[in-house]
Amino acid sequence: MSYTLEGKTGPWEIVVGLEVHAQVISNSKLFSGAATAFGAEPNSQVSFIDAGFPGMLPTINEVCIAQAVRTGLGLKAEINLWSRFDRKNYFYADLPQGYQISQFAHPIVGKGEIEVTLADGSTKMIGITRLHLEQDAGKSIHDQHPSKSFIDLNRSGVALMEIVSEPDMRSPEEAGAYLTKLRQILRYLGTCDGNMDEGSMRADVNVSVRKAGEEFRTRCEVKNVNSIRFVMQAVEAEALRQIEVWESGGTVDQETRLFDTARGITRSMRSKEDAHDYRYFPDPDLPPLVLEQSWVDAIKASLPELPDERRARYLALGLTPYDVHVLTLEKETAVFFETVAKGRDAKLAANWVTGDFFAALNRLKRDISDPPVTAEHLGELLDLVSDNTVSGSLAKQVFEAMIETGKAPGVIVEERGLKQVTDTGAIEKVIAEVMAANEGKVAEYRSGKDKLFGFFVGQTMKASGGKANPAMVNELLKKMLA
Amino acid sequence: MTRLTELTLAQARDALKARTLTARELTQAYLDGIAALNPRINAYITVTAEKALAQADASDARLAAGQGGPLEGIPLGIKDLFCTEGTRTTAASRILGDFTPPYESTVSGNLKRDGAIFLGKLNLDEFAMGSSNATSAFGPVENPWSRANDPAKRLVPGGSSGGSAAAVAARLALGATATDTGGSIRQPAAFCGVAGIKPTYGRCSRFGVVAFASSLDQAGPIARDVTDCALMLNSMAGFDPKDSTSVDVAVPDFAAAVARGVKGLRIGIPREYRMDGMPAEIEALWQQGIAWLKAEGASIVDISLPHTKYALPTYYIVAPAEASSNLARYDGVRFGKREPGADLIDLYEKTRAAGFGAEVRRRIMIGTYVLSAGYYDAYYLKAQQVRALIKRDFDLAWEKCDAILTPATPSAAFGLDEKHDDPVAMYLNDVFTVTANLAGIPGMAVPAGLDANGLPLALQVLGKPFDEETVFAVSGAVERAAGFTAKPQVMA
Repeated sequence: MSYTLEGKTGPWEIVVGLEVHAQVISNSKLFSGAATAFGAEPNSQVSFIDAGFPGMLPTINEVCIAQAVRTGLGLKAEINLWSRFDRKNYFYADLPQGYQISQFAHPIVGKGEIEVTLADGSTKMIGITRLHLEQDAGKSIHDQHPSKSFIDLNRSGVALMEIVSEPDMRSPEEAGAYLTKLRQILRYLGTCDGNMDEGSMRADVNVSVRKAGEEFRTRCEVKNVNSIRFVMQAVEAEALRQIEVWESGGTVDQETRLFDTARGITRSMRSKEDAHDYRYFPDPDLPPLVLEQSWVDAIKASLPELPDERRARYLALGLTPYDVHVLTLEKETAVFFETVAKGRDAKLAANWVTGDFFAALNRLKRDISDPPVTAEHLGELLDLVSDNTVSGSLAKQVFEAMIETGKAPGVIVEERGLKQVTDTGAIEKVIAEVMAANEGKVAEYRSGKDKLFGFFVGQTMKASGGKANPAMVNELLKKMLA
Repeated sequence: MTRLTELTLAQARDALKARTLTARELTQAYLDGIAALNPRINAYITVTAEKALAQADASDARLAAGQGGPLEGIPLGIKDLFCTEGTRTTAASRILGDFTPPYESTVSGNLKRDGAIFLGKLNLDEFAMGSSNATSAFGPVENPWSRANDPAKRLVPGGSSGGSAAAVAARLALGATATDTGGSIRQPAAFCGVAGIKPTYGRCSRFGVVAFASSLDQAGPIARDVTDCALMLNSMAGFDPKDSTSVDVAVPDFAAAVARGVKGLRIGIPREYRMDGMPAEIEALWQQGIAWLKAEGASIVDISLPHTKYALPTYYIVAPAEASSNLARYDGVRFGKREPGADLIDLYEKTRAAGFGAEVRRRIMIGTYVLSAGYYDAYYLKAQQVRALIKRDFDLAWEKCDAILTPATPSAAFGLDEKHDDPVAMYLNDVFTVTANLAGIPGMAVPAGLDANGLPLALQVLGKPFDEETVFAVSGAVERAAGFTAKPQVMA
């Protein structure tokens, strides 16, 4: 059953396309040598080129081009060996040149696609229309002075990839899934850090509604939405607004809107009549960008394993779809898991990583990039479990001790004497002591109260300090209680 | 003894090397000339006398130690479109205010590297937009030449590099940097009886040169003669990684090419440059030039450049389009002039209205119009297509000839009070020169004779891309044959 919104006149289908601005991971800007680090002092990372000074000229940063190509390849898209930079002309105080250098007519990357997985386990292909490179503008700050605006040009000239989707999404969930997947791919590729709260990934959301079977109706663009959750909310809010307009006999006008996150509604920003005429034309300062196929091929050969391939590989290892999902969501998690699982039982490794390890991350509010236990140590712990050096329950104790001390599991087991007892005589001795201390219960058991067996297991384990091998305890108890 | 300012660049260089002349003496002689004549000629917007003398002393120290670059101790003027570190750069516009760049243009930096001394910043049409130097916010430049039959009439030096040409002609600089977007080196050189070359697009870096029309702008020298131009260009040219349109090709010894001669060269004469209503003396000069080159052993070939008649309209679409975008950065926000406004839009409007002169505003409006939605295809795109055809005309011509000879301008210098009420008549000054910018090829103006009123007239030599050597060879031959020795009436 496809997603619809119910209006007075019946169900409405929604149509969504996304334009995502993703900041390219690169040490310097698209056309200048200035640095790009986030959070630096205002106007401390600005070259004369970024500030639009007289006589300054742009020169292309090859790293940014490679990142765009890498992203295009990751999106299984066409790479255009001939592309061109255009000027998008408009006046704003934080746009120093009076134009943004972008790629309008001839983008570096053409059509591609992304497969998204939805909550019900189904998958859907979302088309990518194009990816182009452009410079970011600076930042205007209006709340520092009653009558003045402040301008920070640190971001001016930073390379952005604008990734435009086809209008293929039909629900807020699909829009969210698309963004999640796109973000995941970018992070796997190392071409964008995907930090939406730092503004390094932002989305313009195009929404329209229609009755089933209709052509597209007029769309509105909701600008600069900065989280996946807000994108999903904005899609629904804007769709509901449009439904109300249509159903009250009105017409939706093409316009640019903003999402008010506090009130959960969209507001008009500028109408089509006020839309800029950007007067695009080829930037005469930059010759067309011509790539060698061999250069593209070299980048292709160096691509890391992408989420889809990794997922297929994990499923083949016998992991559950849930484990596969959480382990592949972030590249760092997958790398951590693979270090733990290397040469070991993949399912056991998955259980530990998604179980105790994730729990510890949550509890300690730590990040996979700063794990409380190294992947190597966790792997060693798994070895101790596999060769029966420690029992499953002891292993949890050892794990906690590893978090506390940072020591290797072997060292902890040694220091704390947590090594599993597998000596028959030693266990028999403990059982004998337990039986002597509980003569009444022994008699009850022998008279047919089988349920007491668990009591004796518990007592024996307790008396051994948890170190007795549980299987052997079972076996010997059965023999001695008989 | 000859006055110091009568020495050519090559002669001065030799005298400096031989230590029969000091850089300080030479610089002081030019500064004296500037002090005496600049109030009238107005060639300089800014004179940097102290810096020039300090540079001269440093040059003398190097020369005394047997060191020094190829232009060591040579006093030059710098068109005020080149950013000069620590020296105000105006583009002859009010909008730049007291803008003092914290950086040096690559071309002026190259000259400095080679030992040149900067006397100051030379006047020009505002943002290099004009053919008379009358659009400068710092007042017009006066041509040091005057008409024999009307010596009191003040004449334009041409433009946009009017300050450069007038300064060199009046001996207020030994040479000058200039830029040429549609004829801005060659037309003023022709009007002032000096030599000037616009090199191939990409030969000189545009980094640090205030942009007018990026796909057409090219820096070049204006100097006393062809050899001096070659010497200057040798220092100015070269690949610059800071300009993506700069081309990584070797810089040959241009000066060596000047004496090469034209024996065996095929000189193309484009029939489309014979314009209706062209003055008889321009036609006569052209015929004379053809005869000179023939006599020197060149063969003369008739060629056709069929799209020539579209060059001027094409230029006046492409150049304003690029300019409208290039000049958007002058908004009063970060540098230069700012007129306070009630809000941002008001600040823009007031700043730009007060900062830009009429001609600049006209071109910004034309450029904005031709790039607008609905007009782009009819104007800008069409102009780009015609531009490709104009370039192709030349590509085909090079199959038949090695260089092309044309008149440089359709007339001699006109009066300061003429043509200013008719922008189109003014634009016609560029009719012979714009094609070289549209095609990206080198072109040189060489003084070749005088008109009936004793004003200088020039011939233009066009060459293949990056074949400035042939342009210098042909220009050198024209110069030797013409034996142009006339001097302007006003001279230091």
